[in-house]
Amino acid sequence: MTADDHHVHDHGSELSDMQLRVRALETILTEKGYIDPAALDAIVEACETQIGPHNGARVVARAWVDPDFKRRLLEDATKAANSLGHVSPVGAHLIALENTPELHNLVVCTLCSCYPWEVLGLPPVWYKSAPYRSRAVIDPKGVLADFGLKLPEQTKVRIWDSTAETRFLVLPMRPEGSAELSEEQLAELVTRDSMVGTGLPKSPADAKRGASR
Amino acid sequence: MSNTIHDMGGMHGFGPVEPEPDEPVFHEPWEGRVMAMQRAMGYTQLWTIDGGRASMEVLPPVAYLAASYYQRWFLGLEKRVTAHGLVGADEIKAGKSLRPGRRLNRKLTAADVPNTTRRGNFERPAPAPAKFKTGDKVQTRNINPTTHTRLPRYARGKLGTVEAVRGCHVYPDTAALGDHEHAEWLYTVVFTGRELWGEEADPSITVSIEAFEPYLGAA
Repeated sequence: MTADDHHVHDHGSELSDMQLRVRALETILTEKGYIDPAALDAIVEACETQIGPHNGARVVARAWVDPDFKRRLLEDATKAANSLGHVSPVGAHLIALENTPELHNLVVCTLCSCYPWEVLGLPPVWYKSAPYRSRAVIDPKGVLADFGLKLPEQTKVRIWDSTAETRFLVLPMRPEGSAELSEEQLAELVTRDSMVGTGLPKSPADAKRGASR
Repeated sequence: MSNTIHDMGGMHGFGPVEPEPDEPVFHEPWEGRVMAMQRAMGYTQLWTIDGGRASMEVLPPVAYLAASYYQRWFLGLEKRVTAHGLVGADEIKAGKSLRPGRRLNRKLTAADVPNTTRRGNFERPAPAPAKFKTGDKVQTRNINPTTHTRLPRYARGKLGTVEAVRGCHVYPDTAALGDHEHAEWLYTVVFTGRELWGEEADPSITVSIEAFEPYLGAA
């Protein structure tokens, strides 16, 4: 949709206040020559089709099958992710956090919504919501319970508050029973939430049943 | 601003987290337009990401909480384009341009978009060596500036340990005020749950923030 397609007055009553205000601002900025609606179209399309958690899933799956890649990922995740030709380019300061049986990592941005969108796409509403931002740092286990996740007693939880331009990607543990799977099949097990820390990867059995999230 | 409603870490009362199954990228088409306008106006380099954040943080608390995420972006963007004199309040009111625009440094075209999906690099040459190293004990400062900062309230005046030195990065506190290049050393500083939340806190949790050097003193 471009500014030219907007026929605000034709069916104004059906449009929400936000739609009208956003269209008006887009019109003003376009008429003043500050923005090009075609560029806006391209950005929206990239967000809806190209960037998304499938990029992060490929990084994780590679780390599960390639110990050298995993070492490089934990050393410099931006460099390692960019070395996979099929992943969209990742900006500076991506940091990979390895989950182990002893330690579970959880990522939040208490101040706004910082999120590694090049590898995970735009953040879901819950990540940007007051309940998540307020509670993740003080009651992480309660937050995990909201996601139906209960960790073993001995597992410690580390919360990473994204207060600067560094970005965090959780490297979840490879699920049991996945030894026979190819890298591509493994990537199918890696959920977005498992790379934020609010979930675990799907088990191969779940994946067969078509479980989501 | 500093002690405003956006600084939510540790607050109670917002209820459970409610994940949405099969959530769409945008819930309404206007959300995508707002996101894209934000990106396109950011490309003009008139303000930094911190200037953008600061303009949302100054929203009145009630408006901030009542607004959805992209509504906040929209309100912040409207505020910013008028504050920078790019658009007049009369034009916002009229819903159309009433006079020619200013000449800007850069304008984002569709052809540029593939090159802008990668985040910028905020690291800068260090003007001085880092004061702290991995393993150092530090105490975060108790600061309450009325301008933008990235030191959350829950982590002020607390004892922590430097876990990593992340390089020298553009300093948000001054970037939001217009100095887009001033850089400071950035550290990952980790705190125990008990240091942050008291004796009753779960001993199995630790929390880290990304802390700029001016936020830290030796402990």
